[in-house]
Amino acid sequence: MTPLLRLQDVHYRYPGAASDALHGVSLAIATEQFHAVLGPNGSGKTTLVRIALGALVPAEGRAMIDGRAAREWPRQELARVVGVVPQREDNLFPQRVRETVLLGRYPHLSLWGRERPEDHAAVDRALVACDAQHLADRWVWTLSGGEYQRVRVARALAQEPKLLVLDEPGMSLDLKHEMGLFELVRGLVTEQGLGVLMITHDLNLAARFADSLLLLERGRPIASGPPADVLTQQTVETVFSWPVMMQTIDGRPQMIPLRKQKESGA
Amino acid sequence: MKWALLIVATVLALTASVVFGPAAVSLGELLHSDIVWNLRVPRALLAFLVGGLLGVAGAGLQALVRNPLADPFLLGLSGGAGLGAVLAIALHLSGPWALPIAAFAGALAALGLVYRLGLIAGAALDPRILLLGGVAIGAFAAAITTAIVSLADAAELRNAFLWLWGGLSGASWDTVLLVALYAPIPLLVLLAAARPLDLLALGEESAGYLGADIEAVKRRVYLAASLLTAVAVAVSGVIGFVGLVVPHIARLTWGHRHRALLPAAFLGGGALLAVADTLARTVVAPRELPVGVVTALIGVPVFTLLLRRWSIG
Repeated sequence: MTPLLRLQDVHYRYPGAASDALHGVSLAIATEQFHAVLGPNGSGKTTLVRIALGALVPAEGRAMIDGRAAREWPRQELARVVGVVPQREDNLFPQRVRETVLLGRYPHLSLWGRERPEDHAAVDRALVACDAQHLADRWVWTLSGGEYQRVRVARALAQEPKLLVLDEPGMSLDLKHEMGLFELVRGLVTEQGLGVLMITHDLNLAARFADSLLLLERGRPIASGPPADVLTQQTVETVFSWPVMMQTIDGRPQMIPLRKQKESGA
Repeated sequence: MKWALLIVATVLALTASVVFGPAAVSLGELLHSDIVWNLRVPRALLAFLVGGLLGVAGAGLQALVRNPLADPFLLGLSGGAGLGAVLAIALHLSGPWALPIAAFAGALAALGLVYRLGLIAGAALDPRILLLGGVAIGAFAAAITTAIVSLADAAELRNAFLWLWGGLSGASWDTVLLVALYAPIPLLVLLAAARPLDLLALGEESAGYLGADIEAVKRRVYLAASLLTAVAVAVSGVIGFVGLVVPHIARLTWGHRHRALLPAAFLGGGALLAVADTLARTVVAPRELPVGVVTALIGVPVFTLLLRRWSIG
């Protein structure tokens, strides 16, 4: 079966940079797979997303979406296959939640046509899937950070994509909303069969929820595979340059950072 | 309901500008009067068209430069057109079309320069640089214009000064026909970009991920809105505030979906300018105020109220 997203031995260097932003990175995501990409700041996570979505062209290697080079997809067609929740977005004009989710139907609309009943049905389904139907008539600017993230995921779902890409979706969310978001994404993978590519800083949540991890360090793949194989004490300490201890919960590794200087008496 | 009100307002505005004028024409003679058919009707239609084009161009440019306070003349076109027109006056170019053609050429020159500046960093059009470049080119052209005006004779100076404040006294069936033939293509281009403009409010990155071809949309919107502004300025001078205030009022009433917003801004701008022009030629009859003075006198207080609402949210 063709994977939804495949990166093969990708190399990329920004113009004028002294070293590669990505160096020999490979990745494959199929349906019903939750794939998380981890790494310290500047390790190439965002570059990887840009290459995966065809915004950058790899110097070597290939980036394929659904069997076709990422760069060759017309934007509107690509938006029917891949939904993206970027790190940041603007809200130039005040909008209601339902309106902003309806924007996710753009790739399905013809140039002069109106929104059809099926478009509104897709918006309703997306709102329900994200447990956001009660927010539908709220103004976007009145939402909390956690509610807003759910609405943005709903907009991506309204595109009815096969692959969902999320860039640091848990940033600045509190515990309840961050857990809620990961549960939501996991549910979409298990129940709706989506493939997910998530960029995140949070090793522990990635290990709890994802099927497969890719750990990057300065553009190089350090380890990839199931969480238990990737997040070993030695690997984590090397990549993040900090002493840690590892524990296991539900069969998945969890990392606890250590104090460098033990408190006296401890 | 709000569409019905807008259409009624438009019809009333057009009717008023045909019925009222400095020359007394009784209602019974209205349909047979040369003054009405050769002066008032084309002038009312031209005012409506120009106001409509400015309204649509303003709404499109506000979404493009991602600044709700942008005005179609902010992008340097008024400066370029003013320079062209004042040059034509100073050089005593004659013929009924000399002034519009010179103004149009000036506007196109400014458009080209600003567009080139907008592409300065590479192939992607940067709306922020468009805005800054527009202000800079406009200021430069205005400086040259002022230099020429300050060296001109008194009568010429008065003509140039009046032209810069806008006026529709040059209206004829020919100008109406010209605008009516010229405008549909840029208008359709803007209307076709309505949905991508909705997406653009989320930022270029998000709009791209939602399927919009951002670079193409930005170019088309900039060129179409500027071409509309250029023809408006060529036939009627610099009429301010219509392109700023009308899209705002339309946004408050119709929301931010450009499919509804652009037609509403067209009708609203047309109705407003028809009313403003009727006032401009009747309140001090037999003399005439530049219509830009009237739109500014109406527009500035309205705009102040809008700013308050905007800052309150």
